[in-house]
Amino acid sequence: MKNLLTTTMLCAVLPFAALAADKPETLKIGMTTFLTGPASVFGVPARDAMNILVENINSQGGVNGVPIEVTYIDEGAGAEALTSEFRRLVQSGGAEVMLASISSGNCQTLAPLAEDLKVPNLMWDCGTQRIFEENSYDYVFRTQGNATSEMLAAVTYLLKTNPDFKTIAVVNQDYAWGRDSWDIFRTALQVMKPDVEVVGEFFPKFGAPDFSTEISRLQALRPDVILSTSWGADLDTFVQQAFQRGLMNTSTFVLPLAESSLERLGSSLPAGHIVGARGDHYFLHPERRDDADFKSFMAQYTEATGDIPVYPVFHASQAIAALTAAYDKAIAENGVDWPSKEQLVAAFEGLEFQGLGRSLHLREDNQGVESQLMGTSVQSGDYPFATLENIMIFDGEALLPPLGEVSLDWIKGLDAGFADSLTISTYEN
Amino acid sequence: MRDTTRHPTSDSAKPGAMPSIRAILTLLGILLLAAVPFIAPSMQLLINLALAKGLAVLGVTVLLRAGQVSFGHALFFGISAYVGAFLMASLPGADLILVLVAGVGGAVVSGLLVGLFVVRYRGIFFGMLNLAFSMIFWSILEKFYHVTGGADGIRLARPSVLGMAMERAGFEAVIFYLSIVLMVVLGWFTLRWFASPVGQIFQTIKTNETRLEYLGLSPRRVLLSGYVLSAALCGVGGSLMALTQGVVTPEYVWWVRSAEMVFIAVLGGAGSVRGAFIGALIYEVVRIYASAFAGDIWQLLLGSFLLVIILFAPGGIMGIADTLIGHRKKSGQRAATAEEAK
Amino acid sequence: MNLTIFLLALFDGISYAALVFIVALGLTLIFGVMRILNVAHGSLYAIGAYVTVSLSGYFLALGFAPVFAFPLMIVSAALVGVALGGPIEWLLLRRIYDKPEVLQLLVTFAVFMILEDVQRLVWGSQPYFEARVLQALGNVTVFGVTYTVYQLILLPLVATGLLLGLRFFLRRTVIGKLILATTEDREAAQSIGIDADRVFLFTFMVGAVLAGLGGALASPTTSILPGMGADMIVLSFAVVATAGLGQIGGAAVAALMIGLGRSFAVYVWPEVAVLVPYLIMVLVLLVRPEGLFGSPVARKI
Repeated sequence: MKNLLTTTMLCAVLPFAALAADKPETLKIGMTTFLTGPASVFGVPARDAMNILVENINSQGGVNGVPIEVTYIDEGAGAEALTSEFRRLVQSGGAEVMLASISSGNCQTLAPLAEDLKVPNLMWDCGTQRIFEENSYDYVFRTQGNATSEMLAAVTYLLKTNPDFKTIAVVNQDYAWGRDSWDIFRTALQVMKPDVEVVGEFFPKFGAPDFSTEISRLQALRPDVILSTSWGADLDTFVQQAFQRGLMNTSTFVLPLAESSLERLGSSLPAGHIVGARGDHYFLHPERRDDADFKSFMAQYTEATGDIPVYPVFHASQAIAALTAAYDKAIAENGVDWPSKEQLVAAFEGLEFQGLGRSLHLREDNQGVESQLMGTSVQSGDYPFATLENIMIFDGEALLPPLGEVSLDWIKGLDAGFADSLTISTYEN
Repeated sequence: MRDTTRHPTSDSAKPGAMPSIRAILTLLGILLLAAVPFIAPSMQLLINLALAKGLAVLGVTVLLRAGQVSFGHALFFGISAYVGAFLMASLPGADLILVLVAGVGGAVVSGLLVGLFVVRYRGIFFGMLNLAFSMIFWSILEKFYHVTGGADGIRLARPSVLGMAMERAGFEAVIFYLSIVLMVVLGWFTLRWFASPVGQIFQTIKTNETRLEYLGLSPRRVLLSGYVLSAALCGVGGSLMALTQGVVTPEYVWWVRSAEMVFIAVLGGAGSVRGAFIGALIYEVVRIYASAFAGDIWQLLLGSFLLVIILFAPGGIMGIADTLIGHRKKSGQRAATAEEAK
Repeated sequence: MNLTIFLLALFDGISYAALVFIVALGLTLIFGVMRILNVAHGSLYAIGAYVTVSLSGYFLALGFAPVFAFPLMIVSAALVGVALGGPIEWLLLRRIYDKPEVLQLLVTFAVFMILEDVQRLVWGSQPYFEARVLQALGNVTVFGVTYTVYQLILLPLVATGLLLGLRFFLRRTVIGKLILATTEDREAAQSIGIDADRVFLFTFMVGAVLAGLGGALASPTTSILPGMGADMIVLSFAVVATAGLGQIGGAAVAALMIGLGRSFAVYVWPEVAVLVPYLIMVLVLLVRPEGLFGSPVARKI
């Protein structure tokens, strides 16, 4: 048994034993994304974007002359297939860096695996704040914000734009994201505006095809504000059914993920509802829309897919930007042709990088600091769907708990003054 | 009533004086599996998952011998996995043996409780009632988020092994060989059980249940014993799967997984003990490679594969193997060929 | 619980039950006649919805009035029945009627897996929503709560119409009687000259049309996306098993029980709403294993 252990461990360690690495022919990376299942509304755009981004990088010479090659793993094929494929790519597929994943559940599974396999892993889209608050990792980094920053931005925007509301109800998907995001939102709301009453909490099952009963109840309850952090088809169905039955005329909706549904909702998302984007992600980003790189990518993406880019596209751009920035930094700092794994991992510390949104950096706990964009829907007539007005972009740093603190405990210590302490840039549209 | 499954008589074929080809092949197969960490380390995890699934499929296979098809046996698979996860959460650093015993214990107890109800039913009702129980448990897992972790499930931290804390690589080797040992021991046990008086009576439920009653035997009690055995086997598989994965999710109990178990049992050769494991191995390999190399059409490939097997080789892989061996060794396997011809 | 809330829950339950019933109707018809539990039924439901959305999207873009979507729903359902139901029975199921039940069920499971991917290959992974027909019918307001006419009035009417129509068809028409005769005793039916193969093919196609119609009718109310069939199939299994396999009228009662149970749960204890269909099914089957309206099968010795 002892022999076997040594052999197995050797097999795991051998390929990475070298200190300064030889330049490979291609930089192989693996990316887990949903190609099947409901979350493919995020996964497929992210894959399409990644293909364009990598092609652009490679056409400009790749990373220090090395072209990037991405292998995609389907998160929708189930946990067994996902973990097996992840390992296969790392252990025998020659992947130097992994990008995983969309689902928070999969991040929770893959982060410890990446740590054990000692492969740098960029969590490029999953939202759970728990990962770095419950464990610390040397090989796992997050190239975006997390649920805490996203929800605090939503609460603050709501309080700044609708200071007088009295009642709120929630309709979230019944899984970790829906429950956790409500915990954060409610806790923050309670300390920042204690007089608000929660009149209804609904957690219809993930993928529910019908919200008629919930909507009837909401019409009877008449809350001032209705929160839903749902996404994809669930959000589409909920908003459509609410719109059909006039609920959107009587309550203000707060939809922190609706940026990803704007195009599909079309005219069914009337003006005056609050829309978020899990970061500063918006195809008409007020600070970035006139930049050349931003414009050319938007054109490329729309030409390739026929759609406008949604936030996972931005998250993919941030992950690949972080990756190339880390390689460039490691190569420059160590004066090598190609960094060893240790050099690469060291380069991620405090790394600064910029995707399609504002510039980001990684904190000491490997958490990314990402700005948050919130806006109010408007049917301007420029597009056949709602766009945003009264946009606020929040600086990310203050939306995250200080290092080593747990989000919920930290939020409980906040007060009404928190909203005024934030750095916010405001744009009309 | 239509015949629900066929018996591959080969499993119960008496070994002659010479070790049969089948026995030699089985031994070779086990040795080959044991060598996997050395010859194909990247396959180890995949095969480990397949073995865990194979044990659960063996549970379904047991019931197929009595002509009963359960569309809810993922229930016991999941219960065992969740018991393990809850145990690890409340007793960090608990021992592997304890996790396994507690998990299987949970599966046995729930198998007994559910079994008491379902053994009164046969055929499609048996299948549907099992489905209903598993879906209730699935809904509970999904719904009571603050206890069960909801759809994301809960992590099953790595237990210690005989008091030693282990790194991932070492632990995976332990689980891998444990799975092989359990496959051999439980496979052998199941074959012995089929040959035992209870096992013989159990299989009579399929062919002629009424005769059992005339003999003064209670088919329900016999079916219950087989049901508990099958729940225990699913429990072993579920615990191994959870230990290998390090996480348990409600997907363990989702009806598609139950259907998948029946699918693998039929793929391997309905009613065949070896077929359960061979089927699981082939299924898992096809599934992983289909999803790795055919991107987003893996379900389509898997479904087509299943159709081809059912339409052209309804005896499953063991049926094909029997035909091959039968050609080489006509006299020894006359029974099997006779069964094929039926 | 006051009367208003009781009535609201009642309305929600009925409109939900109507849709579930339409889907379950096809499932129970196929089982009743052919003794096959068709797992692919859920996929046929999804494809019915997809085809409707594609067709009505196309025609409405040409400037047709939204109500033109109704004939398109029927066209879509017929397409599902003829283009999918027919080949499934003719190419696959027909070959395995003499095989064990479990194999028949697995064939439909395999078809389900294949069709799940086919949906995504054809329609992509982005959800569709096409509700213009529903909006065209307008709303009604009851006790200050707004309902859509489509869900509150049209769907229950269609469901009732289908129930009565199917009963009439089976009992009063020649083809219906042929189907019943074949269900009763296939060999005897064949011996008096009924072409059982054609009866089975026809039944399966009708069942598939009903699945497609369920999807078509559901399409204006919900997002159409890959995988929507997997949930529907378990739910309609629950309805069919609760009612008693093959019980058409029973399916209506069971669908109402499950629909009302679910909507009352949302009002009283939302956390258990998902559990309701399965709890009802288990409770009913424990007391009456053959379902509410099923009759115990005489055991053949």
